[in-house]
Amino acid sequence: MSDHFEPVIVGFLCNWCSYRAADLAGTARIKYAPNLRPIRVMCSGRVDPQFVLQALRSGADGVLIAGCHPGECHYVNGNIKALRRFTLLRKTLEQWGIEQERVQLLWASASEGTVLAAAVNRMTEDLRALGPLRWGEKVLGDNGAAHLVVEEV
Amino acid sequence: MTDQKKSPAEQEKVGVYICHCGSNIAGTINVEEVAQWAEKNPNVVVARNYEFMCSSTGQELIENDIKEKGLTRIVVASCSPHMHEKTFREATERGGLNPFLFEMANIREHGSWATNDKEAATSKAKALVNGAVERVVHHAPLEKIPVDINPNTLIVGGGIAGITAALELAEGGHHVYLVEREGTIGGRMAQIDKTFPTLDCSACILTPKMVDVGQNDNITLLTYSEVESVEGYIGNFNITVRKKARCVTEELCTSCGICEEKCPQKVIDENYGAGISYRKAIYRSFPQAVPGYPVLDKENCTYFQTGKCKVCEQVCPTEAIDYEQEDKVITFDVGNIILATGYDLFDARQIPQYGYGRLANVFSSLEFERMVNASGPTAGHIVLRDGVTEPESIAIVHCVGSRDQNHNEYCSKVCCMYSLKFAHLVHEHLPDAEVYNFYIDMRTPGKGYEEFYHRLLNEGTHFIRGRVAEITDADRHPGEEGKLIVQAENTLLGIQQRTPVDMVILSAGIEARHDAEDVSKLFKMGCDHDGFFNERHPKLAPVSTMTDGVFIAGACQGPKDIPDTVAQGGAAASQVAKLISQGTVLMEPVRASIREEECSGCRICNTLCPYNAIEFDEEKFVSRVITALCQGCGTCVAACPSGVIDGAHFTYTQVMAELKGVLWDVQSDVLTKQEVA
Repeated sequence: MSDHFEPVIVGFLCNWCSYRAADLAGTARIKYAPNLRPIRVMCSGRVDPQFVLQALRSGADGVLIAGCHPGECHYVNGNIKALRRFTLLRKTLEQWGIEQERVQLLWASASEGTVLAAAVNRMTEDLRALGPLRWGEKVLGDNGAAHLVVEEV
Repeated sequence: MTDQKKSPAEQEKVGVYICHCGSNIAGTINVEEVAQWAEKNPNVVVARNYEFMCSSTGQELIENDIKEKGLTRIVVASCSPHMHEKTFREATERGGLNPFLFEMANIREHGSWATNDKEAATSKAKALVNGAVERVVHHAPLEKIPVDINPNTLIVGGGIAGITAALELAEGGHHVYLVEREGTIGGRMAQIDKTFPTLDCSACILTPKMVDVGQNDNITLLTYSEVESVEGYIGNFNITVRKKARCVTEELCTSCGICEEKCPQKVIDENYGAGISYRKAIYRSFPQAVPGYPVLDKENCTYFQTGKCKVCEQVCPTEAIDYEQEDKVITFDVGNIILATGYDLFDARQIPQYGYGRLANVFSSLEFERMVNASGPTAGHIVLRDGVTEPESIAIVHCVGSRDQNHNEYCSKVCCMYSLKFAHLVHEHLPDAEVYNFYIDMRTPGKGYEEFYHRLLNEGTHFIRGRVAEITDADRHPGEEGKLIVQAENTLLGIQQRTPVDMVILSAGIEARHDAEDVSKLFKMGCDHDGFFNERHPKLAPVSTMTDGVFIAGACQGPKDIPDTVAQGGAAASQVAKLISQGTVLMEPVRASIREEECSGCRICNTLCPYNAIEFDEEKFVSRVITALCQGCGTCVAACPSGVIDGAHFTYTQVMAELKGVLWDVQSDVLTKQEVA
């Protein structure tokens, strides 16, 4: 870990498009960075901003939210709701000093295995360049020690 | 909202099964290491690895362990849940557990197949297995929701795919609503002269089927109609159709055709006639139209445009003409839907160097198809645009708009064969004419297709392998004067070739309907990047879509010829017939529910729901989910400010547990008070 940093990315993939895009990438034997750890949700609209915050807080260096293309959502427009939440969340994170590249939103249809694989590669590169997130230092300071004291009081 | 400290989850006994999938997984992931590692999780009672978990022996492992070791939760790490989730849920159930007390970790598609790095793949597999274990202990037993299937079916599109599906279902005793946008059913096949490779007369084999549709009591035929809205879900769709006013009273019309004959207004028939023939303002596309009633085209009718004429009304012997007729909006319920909306032909004007629309004697394939048809404008005579001169030489250009990076990358599948058919028809009609087929590759897969190609080789067609660069009337020497010159590289001889001809036919490819995307939205299913409707699985579910109860057939799914289209029409009908005979279908219990006692009544969720499945109880001042309408997307769950909406099987606790599970190796950055304790 000291000389070579491999980021950990949590991916929230929608069941209908992006999860299947990742399935297709595998089926087509497209090789891409093994840094993504996918979690299936029914719709990108299910991605509660708390999931993203929890992922970052729990050690992920980045979060990828992936859904169907606008207009192709299995649930009509859940992806648009994801987009709105994402926009607000990213602004909030930015104010906390968390780089934009750490939380990304992607549209990948079930037939776009290559798109998903390329996005994971790109994001992995982005995060390698940025280095580890270190949520404790960055957001809480003192790796959360101060935060703990406050809580204990 | 957060987990209880001493949750019952900690007492669950989990069995973990790592699949080798032959060498598909075990070749990249160290499955033994993953299993041994998984067994260290305090919840895991047993962790095994086995060659093929989906085999009956693999499934028996699960069943026996549940019975013998008292397992309460199952995790299988293998392929995608889209592949085998059902298999393992059933094994779990056979073992005596609720099938939803199971979770799958996808270590093949998302793991071993996605990387060659064995160490990274093994470590990713551990993370995914751990995520599944941490999640599954929070699973709750769920029951699938039974839904009754309305035995009626909606079929959209009255081409050969829709006709086939409608007849299969109707003859099996099921009621069908067949909706067609045009005034008659028949579709593309009705425009075609001969079918390859048998050279059957297209109309002769199609029209008996059309008549069958018209006469079948189980088919409600709605022509000149379009679907306006689709509500509901599998088994219970509510359909609204707009039946456009054709200004003819169907009950009175005897289809005698006098109105059409006497109508003074000629209109170029852009649709059925491919723009090279005329129809009247009140018309039937062709004499065998089903239903036989004409359609009055208001935009071109002299009476509607100038207020004078009414010839059709005067000549109609049964007083069937009704200028005041209005559109009718019809609603009905169906259980299933088959979309068979067909295709558009590539517009050759998009390739300006081929001169279509600019050079008179460059024809599109559909124009030629109509011309060579005995019922077409020239009664089957092949003539130049002047209507009289017979061409002495004809070039047929394959792959127009297909296999072309600038237009459609895919192969349209039928053009080679219909181009060969054209060449044959030219030889038949004009035995002295020279025919040049310019092709990239000759693609003739199909029963009797290659043999047809060989037949053409013996008929004296000139085959030139090369994509045509340009078609021009700019002659360079007297031999080219007054001709169209086809410029192409003959790639077999390695030379540039200029071929002077009298007529060029552009074999345009198949494209998705221009409004396919709107249709896909209406029926809540998807299109692929070429605009064709997306099938559920390219190999194993070619006529199903991602939306339960909505099926697709024919060229709306991708380019295909008549036999494949008919096969898909039949396949879609059998899928529907299966559901009808089941009577009920069990739906995934992934549904939202609101804990009413904690609901603040803010109503944020009410407007978010795309299905209007959340109602507001004014008396109790709380929101409530109508389970039958909820589709389980979870948007409301994510949005509820009080966190009191539960999304079954994707609860806050379950997702959070999985999240922490997949981050097991990095989760040390921050400690909270709870985690310290």
